[in-house]
Amino acid sequence: MSNEYQPVIGLEIHIELATQSKMFCSCSAYHFEVEPNIHCCPVCLGLPGALPVPNKKAIDWTIMLGLALNCQIAKESKFDRKNYFYPDLPKGYQISQYDAPLCNNGHLEIKAFTEEQRASNDQFPTLKTIRIRRVHLEEDTGKLLHTEIDGKACTMIDFNRSGVPLLEVVTEPDFENSAQVDKFLKKLQLIVRYLGISSADMEKGSMRLEPNISVRKPNQKGLPEYKVEIKNINSFKFARKAIDYEILRHRELLEKSETPVQETRGWNEPKSKTFSQREKEEANDYRYFPEPDIPPMTFTKEEIREIQSWIPELPEAKAKRFVSDYQLSEYNTQQLIENKSLGQYFEKVVENTKKLSPTQIANWLINKKVNIDRVSPKDLIKIITESRQVFEINNEDLEKVIARVIKENPQAVNDYRAGKTQIISFFLGQVIRLTNPGIDKTKTTIAIIRYLTKK
Amino acid sequence: MNLNELSLTEALEGVKQKKFTPKEVFTACEKRIKDIDDKIKAFVSVVPKTENAIPFAIKDNFCTTKVLTTASSNILRNYLPTYNATVYQKLIEANFGLLGKTNMDSFAHGSSTETSDFFVTHNPWNLNHLPGGSSGGSAAAVMADETIFAIGSETAGSIRQPSAWCGVVGLKPTYGRVSRYGVIAMGSSLDCPGPITKTVADAEIVYKIIAGKDPLDATTVDIPLTPAKNFNLKDVRIGVAQEYLAIAEKPVCKKILEAVEVFRKLGCKIIDISLFDPKYAISVYTILQRSEVSSNLARYDGIRYGSDRSNFNKENKRRIMLGTYTLSAGYYDAYYLKAQKIRTIICQDFDQAFEKVNVIIGPVSPSLAKKIGASSKDPMFGEKEDMLVEPSTIAGLPAISIPAGFVDGLPVGLQIIANKWQEDLILKLAKAFETETEYYKMKPEI
Repeated sequence: MSNEYQPVIGLEIHIELATQSKMFCSCSAYHFEVEPNIHCCPVCLGLPGALPVPNKKAIDWTIMLGLALNCQIAKESKFDRKNYFYPDLPKGYQISQYDAPLCNNGHLEIKAFTEEQRASNDQFPTLKTIRIRRVHLEEDTGKLLHTEIDGKACTMIDFNRSGVPLLEVVTEPDFENSAQVDKFLKKLQLIVRYLGISSADMEKGSMRLEPNISVRKPNQKGLPEYKVEIKNINSFKFARKAIDYEILRHRELLEKSETPVQETRGWNEPKSKTFSQREKEEANDYRYFPEPDIPPMTFTKEEIREIQSWIPELPEAKAKRFVSDYQLSEYNTQQLIENKSLGQYFEKVVENTKKLSPTQIANWLINKKVNIDRVSPKDLIKIITESRQVFEINNEDLEKVIARVIKENPQAVNDYRAGKTQIISFFLGQVIRLTNPGIDKTKTTIAIIRYLTKK
Repeated sequence: MNLNELSLTEALEGVKQKKFTPKEVFTACEKRIKDIDDKIKAFVSVVPKTENAIPFAIKDNFCTTKVLTTASSNILRNYLPTYNATVYQKLIEANFGLLGKTNMDSFAHGSSTETSDFFVTHNPWNLNHLPGGSSGGSAAAVMADETIFAIGSETAGSIRQPSAWCGVVGLKPTYGRVSRYGVIAMGSSLDCPGPITKTVADAEIVYKIIAGKDPLDATTVDIPLTPAKNFNLKDVRIGVAQEYLAIAEKPVCKKILEAVEVFRKLGCKIIDISLFDPKYAISVYTILQRSEVSSNLARYDGIRYGSDRSNFNKENKRRIMLGTYTLSAGYYDAYYLKAQKIRTIICQDFDQAFEKVNVIIGPVSPSLAKKIGASSKDPMFGEKEDMLVEPSTIAGLPAISIPAGFVDGLPVGLQIIANKWQEDLILKLAKAFETETEYYKMKPEI
């Protein structure tokens, strides 16, 4: 119990799996910027008589993520029908998982400030454990396109997305602020990308987020009696803004002794506001029951061990290793970890050279934004090595070069004299161009300034 | 003898010996349909072109790209599928030719073929009587020699009961033995396609073509169709379920007891057994089936298929409403979940019975074919008529209905139920019975 207002935030995250085929048929699961309704068949169109056959890879991948999130994997699991009407749901029910999800009771640690730390301007974030309630597998729905044909408003349905494997991660309401949510999402996204099971791209909708937010009153025990769900958030930045907006809104209402309405709200980015979409009178009755078209699944310890063995080194472990093995700074490590292939490339470069230190390589990779698809690790070593060779030039020769540069660029000289001192770097570039990249830049800069101020 | 009167076995043999061509058989059936289907009303559609293939008829809930597939419902009255049901596809690949689609209770919701949204099918033995259902069109077409054989589907009794009432052979295989892919779903955990034929040998031929694992149906299994080992009638222990006899009407019961004597004469050991009272199966079956129906019919939401939901008939609506109710929050535990638990008890009851006996026999239907109009008077008509086939369907067991004599000019059906995957044992016993009794030779005057 606390004598402050305490935000209580939980997350539901949907992630579309990057399998070749859909969840219950052999249609291509790829649907981004594809001509509408070309990846469809009787199964994903929900035609009479068609039956779902589950995609084994999608099930294995869900278990893989469950293991990466420290979940218990169900020995027995099943699919259920979630019955509801919506035009993008051609069967009138979604095949999902209800009371026997593939993965349960996991957790993920994040480094983030608690509310108390934020209040006291604490410098060092602590580890916070976010509990994961479940990870389950379901099918995505079709997509509605609202448009106008011959001046008449109409809605068209694209079924390319219908039946694409969709994984859902549900956390416990363990978050206290939007910064923690942000950290968690970024960490989860990176894990998913390391596992190679989804692009987890918020903008493309392959990762979707629904935060549940409520605020606990001072000295209130347990969870608040309401919660607000926010939909259509398509970036991490918007998630932070929407959560912060909601927390403030709830606080203001609570301070006036009002209880925020339990509802679903949307995020309006141009207005930087949430808006009411639909009030939930009661919990929806989805009439879940076991999907009779798919037999229940069982998993042996061996099968789960096998899936465990597919999990590559995850970002956190890799980061620890980069710090201990290569003595990299935390900043450099973070930069290299955030992109799985950049980290791999870095290690390849390190393996191939004894002259360059890991820090030198890391600095180069991060600062020069090397195109790792085009420059081979060996070429990179050559480039860095050459750049590090010191170019010796005596003062007299240097002055001659500077004199030439200044003579050729009278306008720049005028600019400099007019107070645009940053033009110095232009002169330096010109000198390097006429000499060698290995030239001592500090010494050269001083020489240029001296030359310019001499006259 | 006209070629349309041939059994499948005879037709295959005749073609093999070049006595006639498959086309001649096809034409003979087409002519028969033209001549008498005005009276029987077994077909909802016929194909436009004669084929050089031995013909068959298929219930109108099997998807076919060649002709409309309506499930005898106004909802789908203009629906032409884009793909073929696996069972149909297998028959086409085995060189059989589709004659037409047969009438059924709308969406298979019934046991009379009276709830068809199009018309009632008549029993070939007495046109004032019902053929049974929901595969009534298929059973009537076979009995009336409008086709060489037919395909039906059963959720509980929809193959066996019309076969019994029309006096033909109907095999309901083990759940998971025959693909449901392309069969418009009724109760998905129970639905099972099967043959309706003139003889047991015919049923066996068709069954072997349509059975087997289908990669498009996750509930089918890869269990081989092993022949019953060292089959000897003297080793077979036949259980006679007393509860089943008690429920049947007296004349029906009498015929079944005569059938028991035939088996005794053939050397089988007859053992009286006691099974879980079939009346419990009615509630279990009703709840599970209605729940699944309410979900399976949700796709006919008025957006697709060209007909809005007002086209559901009274029986369809009743089932959707009841099923929606039994799955609703607060009622799920009391109905659906409880039904699932009793389903397990029923399965265990059969397991125990099959420790004592190899097969169980009894009447298919408690009554003879009822008069046209009977079903509309009773909303639970189907469930009561199907009381004796519901326990075995709930347990997913294979069973056959074979003719066992006549009462007042109407046929009586005997059912043989075996343990899972034991279709072969059923077929061997049924064949022995059929050879001994020859009821299949009886034909109605239409």
